[in-house]
Amino acid sequence: MEEILKVNNLSKRFDEIVVLDNLSLSVKKGEVVVIVGPSGCGKSTFLRCLNGLEDIEEGEVLLGEEKVNPNKKNLSKTREKIGMVFQSYDLFPHKTILQNITLAPIKVKKRNKAEVTEEALKLLDRVGLLSKKDNYPRQLSGGQKQRVAIVRALIMHPEVLLLDEITAALDPEMVREVLDVVLSLAKEGRTMLIVTHEMAFAKAVADRVIFLENGKIVEEGSPAEFFDHPKTDRLKRFLETFSYEK
Amino acid sequence: MFDSKVIGMIIEGIRDTLYMTLGSTLVGYLLGLPLGILLYVTNSKGLKPNKIIYGIGDFICNIIRSIPFLILLILLIPFTRLIVGKSYGSTATIVPLVICAAPYIARVVESSLNEVDAGVIEAAKAMGASNLQIIFKVLLVEAKTSLFTGATITTGLLLGYSAMSGTVGGGGLGDIAVRYGYYRWQTDIMIVTVILLIVIFQIIQNLGTFMAKKIDHRKK
Repeated sequence: MEEILKVNNLSKRFDEIVVLDNLSLSVKKGEVVVIVGPSGCGKSTFLRCLNGLEDIEEGEVLLGEEKVNPNKKNLSKTREKIGMVFQSYDLFPHKTILQNITLAPIKVKKRNKAEVTEEALKLLDRVGLLSKKDNYPRQLSGGQKQRVAIVRALIMHPEVLLLDEITAALDPEMVREVLDVVLSLAKEGRTMLIVTHEMAFAKAVADRVIFLENGKIVEEGSPAEFFDHPKTDRLKRFLETFSYEK
Repeated sequence: MFDSKVIGMIIEGIRDTLYMTLGSTLVGYLLGLPLGILLYVTNSKGLKPNKIIYGIGDFICNIIRSIPFLILLILLIPFTRLIVGKSYGSTATIVPLVICAAPYIARVVESSLNEVDAGVIEAAKAMGASNLQIIFKVLLVEAKTSLFTGATITTGLLLGYSAMSGTVGGGGLGDIAVRYGYYRWQTDIMIVTVILLIVIFQIIQNLGTFMAKKIDHRKK
């Protein structure tokens, strides 16, 4: 299958601290890559580099043939093709749910308003939130907000979807409703890069799992080998922290 | 004492005061709003950091804001005469009021924009929005409650300054208070004008608070 996203020797530092250390990765079309690792290992920073939200010191990120570079003039054109969902939802508080979703396709992509609205309503229906279309974000629960945020990213028809710890701020009961949406997207064959702490979910959704530590890929593999037969001691120890024995 | 002549004069004073306050707020925002946006955008953490432009804007704002209004009023007399043709009366007073208000407004606008959640801006960036789209479709919309509160505070401040300009023949209620209360010892007229200023201030403040609440969708 064709490669859609390619990262070549990416390095990034915050002052003296090396956050990403010569990282390379290539993602195929339709592949779901899950990135796990301890806090502060650079997972989120890595994801943010992929759509130019962070400066990079060395290396490059390529979406198809296009370079994603924070200093590039038409970065916003490339960004349209990379959807991103954040841990804190980041819906626009002063816009209704429908306005939140239709803003970018109408203003950025200059699409027809009626057509965009129709698509937005369909997508809202799909995530079970059609009745909330005229509400404001503050009236929704965390899980509902996050589902709206996913719809807001989907309506841009992104080639790649980046999900940055999207359930980390949610009550356990709401995690499910959000992850079910992501699972259904994976089944559709969407290309996704997911940073998460939900191991059971990672196992279910991933085609490939990556363990990141100190800005380096320590181990990667299919969910079966990754979770059941980890090769490195470091990953074994990491996975052990998620299981409890009496 | 309160014959029809005095009452007529006070009504005229109210009119002049409102004219100066609202006029200078309006023109002040025409200058201050773009300047505030420019400061926000060129700040080191802004959408398009630019040390030189920010430095110049920052310097101008600080210089003007550090001159006491009464001195600015006198300092600007030649400039006012150049623009309006005379240096006294309510229209002439609008000139120093605007010069005084614009940098203040720019700062208020800048801080309102800084309050907008950085995550929301990043979300807009991630969707491929250009800087102009982010400013007009996201920033100004999300900051509107705070911008409105800032405008209310600014209007209140300019009401006070417009009264101060009465000392140099600016017209309005402040002018009446100074001429009658200070030069002629007619305390009652001064008290009436002060009460009127308080009432006008209350109306502006309450209207502003009410409107800001009405347009706020963040919490209710």
